[in-house]
Amino acid sequence: MKPGRYGVHGGQYIPETLMNAVIELETAYNHFKDDPQFNCELTALFNEYAGRPSLLYYAERLTEKLGGAKIYLKREDLNHTGSHKINNVLGQALLAKKMGKTRLIAETGAGQHGVATATAAALLGFECVVFMGEEDARRQALNVYRMKLLGSKVAIVKTGTATLKDAVSEAMREWTNRISDTHYCLGSVMGPHPFPMIVRDFQAVISREIKAQILEKEGRLPDYVLACVGGGSNAIGAFYHFIEHPEVQLIGCEAGGRDVNSYETAATINTGRLGIFHGMKSYFCQDQFGQIAPVYSISAGLDYPGIGPEHAYLHDIGRAKYVPITDDEAVDAFEYLSRVEGIIPAIESAHAVAQAMKMAPTLDRDKLMVINISGRGDKDCAAMARYRGEQIDE
Amino acid sequence: MSNIRNAFANGKAFIPFITCGDPNLEATGRFVRAAAANGADLIELGIPFSDPTAEGPVIQEANLRALQNGVTTDEIFSFVKELRRDVTVPLVFMTYANVVFSYDTERFATRCQEVGIDGIILPDVPFEEKGDFVDICQAHGVDFISLVAPTSENRITKIAKEAQGFLYVVSSLGVTGVRSEITTDLGAITQIIRQASDIPCAIGFGISTAEQAKKMAEYADGVIVGSAIMKLIAKDGANATDAIAKYVRQMKDAALSAE
Repeated sequence: MKPGRYGVHGGQYIPETLMNAVIELETAYNHFKDDPQFNCELTALFNEYAGRPSLLYYAERLTEKLGGAKIYLKREDLNHTGSHKINNVLGQALLAKKMGKTRLIAETGAGQHGVATATAAALLGFECVVFMGEEDARRQALNVYRMKLLGSKVAIVKTGTATLKDAVSEAMREWTNRISDTHYCLGSVMGPHPFPMIVRDFQAVISREIKAQILEKEGRLPDYVLACVGGGSNAIGAFYHFIEHPEVQLIGCEAGGRDVNSYETAATINTGRLGIFHGMKSYFCQDQFGQIAPVYSISAGLDYPGIGPEHAYLHDIGRAKYVPITDDEAVDAFEYLSRVEGIIPAIESAHAVAQAMKMAPTLDRDKLMVINISGRGDKDCAAMARYRGEQIDE
Repeated sequence: MSNIRNAFANGKAFIPFITCGDPNLEATGRFVRAAAANGADLIELGIPFSDPTAEGPVIQEANLRALQNGVTTDEIFSFVKELRRDVTVPLVFMTYANVVFSYDTERFATRCQEVGIDGIILPDVPFEEKGDFVDICQAHGVDFISLVAPTSENRITKIAKEAQGFLYVVSSLGVTGVRSEITTDLGAITQIIRQASDIPCAIGFGISTAEQAKKMAEYADGVIVGSAIMKLIAKDGANATDAIAKYVRQMKDAALSAE
């Protein structure tokens, strides 16, 4: 496969104005990815600043309650800033620094990537602007404040559905406007090459750690790895080092929204078809004329009409399976994990927990399952309370 | 040689862009005819897309209005077919990759040929990805029009060498939309193009005034204007025909006054 292609997926479908910028980025990344000094600095940031390695926790109570597979939780929620997003952001920010950039721009859905980018910008001395849909800014008001507190500007996007896809579009527009000093710190394994590759490589630390940790604890690889999928960065991070082990089943949990048979869904693999958007060829929720669908999910972080090209490819070749989880199932799982393990997962990650709740009871006790808890759920508490009809002040 | 070359046979060309279906296709028909009758040498017809990432606010809103009014790609093909009964000026579609790809590129190019579309412009398909489209378009006599940007630098020559129809020179960084000033060294860009190819080149993005049109026409073979026209339509809706006629006349005269 040629670089930047995952089967038929991937590519660089972007305006000519950005082509030299992505070529420059790819050249810089290829130079620094094997540079010992760069990797040493990145590892130091991971370990001394972000709190890596994250724990692989045996969820004994959850395992007992579900009565089947033995369940481990990969605790990306314990990272600094509260999600896996920091892995990618520290990598890209360090790379941007080496490239001589002085300004970061980013899109954000739930606000986790925005907060992580604002954090890296504060730490490494970048000017930073985060684009966020108006609807998401309303749903995740606390994260808007956090980004501002960290010294970033938050640009509220009112176009289209005023959610993640519109934030991506607006960040791309801003990048075409100001390239020489600006790095677009894209938050997921999507967009034009080399972003899906760079973000995957920085997130692959998740599966690298899981592999070492589970070998130490169990002496063998897991049977199942579960992760939620919007664009798919935490999932590809959790899957990557297991792709070469076909005995490990990889399961991505998409946002089914209210129902995959309704228009109020964001389950791209289950309801979308092949298209070209946001710089990549992949699967997208769209109408018969290729207009991108106004998708819906309770989770702002999964509320995106596309999926990263490598996931589309893993689906095509049958290496990973993608299942839809409804809002109701995710909220139930959000509450269940909180009560059973004392761990409040992000509503995004709760989609993976929900799938585990369906699968684990059907599996033998000698099966090993790892759920990637991609983020913590503090940010979601007010919205979950509202979902259950309770008004609370944040 | 395609019909598009004819657009550059009447002195410096003026190329208006009009979003199809804003506010409706009947009105778009009147706008196109008014533009053609008043000196437009080639007309870019926009097929609206839900998420036009290369557009500024004016054309974004035009896309949105057209889609809200329910226009579809199929209706736009029928509309062009009807337009071709009396409109002879070269016509090109400007839209996004997914509109063509999801329609099926082969079927899209076939329909273009049937209804009399001379070329297509896809701003989210750069040189590296044009292979998905260019051969299929070519097989149906439809030019695949390439763009160069202020950041293209070392890429200009290879783009120009393979360019078809005309070369769209993006005047400035950023998205489409009216600008008070254009600071790119366009003379340097067009000089590199001329060394590589005899393809006509037209400059677009940010141009709205007669003065700018004249200045741009000094560097290039034509001038493209979109947002300024869509602003007239945003203001007057279906009644914008006279304003468009007057504007196109004024801009064509300005382009012609360049040397």
